[in-house]
Amino acid sequence: MDKAFAARRRRDLIIAAVLAGLAALAPLLIKDVYVQNILILTLMYAALSQSWNILSGYCGQISLGHALYFGIGAYTTELLFTKFGVLPWFGMLAGGVIAAIIAMGLGYPFFRLRGHYFVIATIVIAEIGLLLFQNWEWAGAAMGITVPVRGDSWLKFQFMRSKLPYFYFALVLCSLAWFVTWWLEDSKWGFWWRAVKDNPEAAESLGVVVFNSKMGAAAVSAFLVAIGGAFYAQFLAYIDPESVMGFQFSLLMALPAVLGGIGTLWGPVLGAAILIPMTELTRSYIGGSGRGVDLIVYGALIVAISLALPRGLVSLFSRSKAKGATR
Amino acid sequence: MGLLYGLIAVGLALIFGLMDVTNFAHGEFLMIAMYLSFFLFAFFAIDPLLSAPLVAAAMFVFGAVVYLLLVRFAMRAKANAGMVQIFTTFGLAIVMRGLAQYFFTPDYRSIPQSWLGGKTISVAGIFLPEPQLVGALVSIAAFAGLYLFVHRTDFGRALEATREDPGAVALVGIDKNRVFAFGWGLGAALVGLAGAIMAVFFYIYPDVGASFALIAYVTVALGGFGSVFGAFAGGIIVGLVEAVTALVLPPSLKSVGIYAVYLLVVFIRPRGLFGSM
Repeated sequence: MDKAFAARRRRDLIIAAVLAGLAALAPLLIKDVYVQNILILTLMYAALSQSWNILSGYCGQISLGHALYFGIGAYTTELLFTKFGVLPWFGMLAGGVIAAIIAMGLGYPFFRLRGHYFVIATIVIAEIGLLLFQNWEWAGAAMGITVPVRGDSWLKFQFMRSKLPYFYFALVLCSLAWFVTWWLEDSKWGFWWRAVKDNPEAAESLGVVVFNSKMGAAAVSAFLVAIGGAFYAQFLAYIDPESVMGFQFSLLMALPAVLGGIGTLWGPVLGAAILIPMTELTRSYIGGSGRGVDLIVYGALIVAISLALPRGLVSLFSRSKAKGATR
Repeated sequence: MGLLYGLIAVGLALIFGLMDVTNFAHGEFLMIAMYLSFFLFAFFAIDPLLSAPLVAAAMFVFGAVVYLLLVRFAMRAKANAGMVQIFTTFGLAIVMRGLAQYFFTPDYRSIPQSWLGGKTISVAGIFLPEPQLVGALVSIAAFAGLYLFVHRTDFGRALEATREDPGAVALVGIDKNRVFAFGWGLGAALVGLAGAIMAVFFYIYPDVGASFALIAYVTVALGGFGSVFGAFAGGIIVGLVEAVTALVLPPSLKSVGIYAVYLLVVFIRPRGLFGSM
């Protein structure tokens, strides 16, 4: 491996550590609950988008059905918690594992599909999940599940009085997703994925087991997204199928990575840092009229960014490392 | 009902299937067309059946303009062309929904009295609602027209050639943008036709498109990209499967059957039923 690449990776790690450190201090300055809320959502979407990026960005298997894994994470946690009294921490892990297993089970037939056929299959499977949960009486059907209040505690991962614990968890999750991506980028898997994305036939002929590479990416990606789903459920203390498994969610997960720079290490974080505050602010400042002005602004910005910067916002930063960034 | 899905899908089959451009705003095209025919009815008392050609003509212009102003540039992107198309059209869909909310308000509207609304016709003892019947006939006509158009005219060949190899097409003097703008216009006009007929018996509201758009994608993919006949067959299969599923499962699950059939088909034939790509 060449030196420039190693140096860039070291630098990325340092920048990430500094950013995470600064973010950890942010609540000292920011007391406003509304702003804290935006920060939490930003970190969560950054984490989700980073996870999505592993399968869709690095490995090139565009999935628009990741809401399925998000919903599975949320539902596993809350069903175990409300029906069996299992602590959300275990539910979270269980959700992640179940999502990863489902992702691999689905990958078995799905990864034979190419292009639009694959994308539509991912949308369709998430939609089936949504409809099943909407009709599953035991799981609350379309009414969803309200998480019972059992008092603030880390043990039960439930906090009513302050949002700060959620903030720190979201920060850890986001850092974890980033770190996993960083670590995988330089691993055997990372190189395999990029090879699979660029030219599956050539990769196969050079000894990359294309199918297994895709399965690995799907499992990691689904696991992390499900953890995000479990967090979201605890954070909102209420879930229903549409709000955790809807198609919109799959797009919202993909959007930061696409706008920031798909298949790049920093793209999802950058995209989420700009997109989520923007979404929330337009919604609260001009969305109140209920007349859809926020939608117009939001949609127009998405169009503008995707047309102006097809490589994403990271391309603005990559003057000098343009050569390194494309590898 | 199957032919109606077919009617919505036929425009998409042209844009998505034959030109290989992703259009995530297809449902919103439908929504705009339904509003157009609603307002023509409300202000000028033109029956949706009569205004359908007007709506189609307006949608033709709209589709061509969208292509020239937006999609043309999205297709030019050197990196991630697929994602750029998806999100440019997705952004457009959100804008259109927002504009509809702004100008038309989120209220549900419907066309109360029209020549066709609520009437049924008896064919060999089976009562069929007239609007659906007309929709089915228009759908068959639209498919037949598109099929002939794509396979029998110079334009159809130009369209296919442009998708295959834009560079070579330019060498023989075909303007890619003109061909594709016309294709988009035609696709939008077909959706316009669908919208005008559906305005008769569906409620009209800013989000109406979303519920039909996914089924339209599935229909086109089920039939296979690049095949007009495939989309037609896809529409019929989707309609039949939905009807059968509704008998077996609760009505709220009726779409599950459609999705399951799609998955089954592509697992067996990864190119859809009649696909060439």
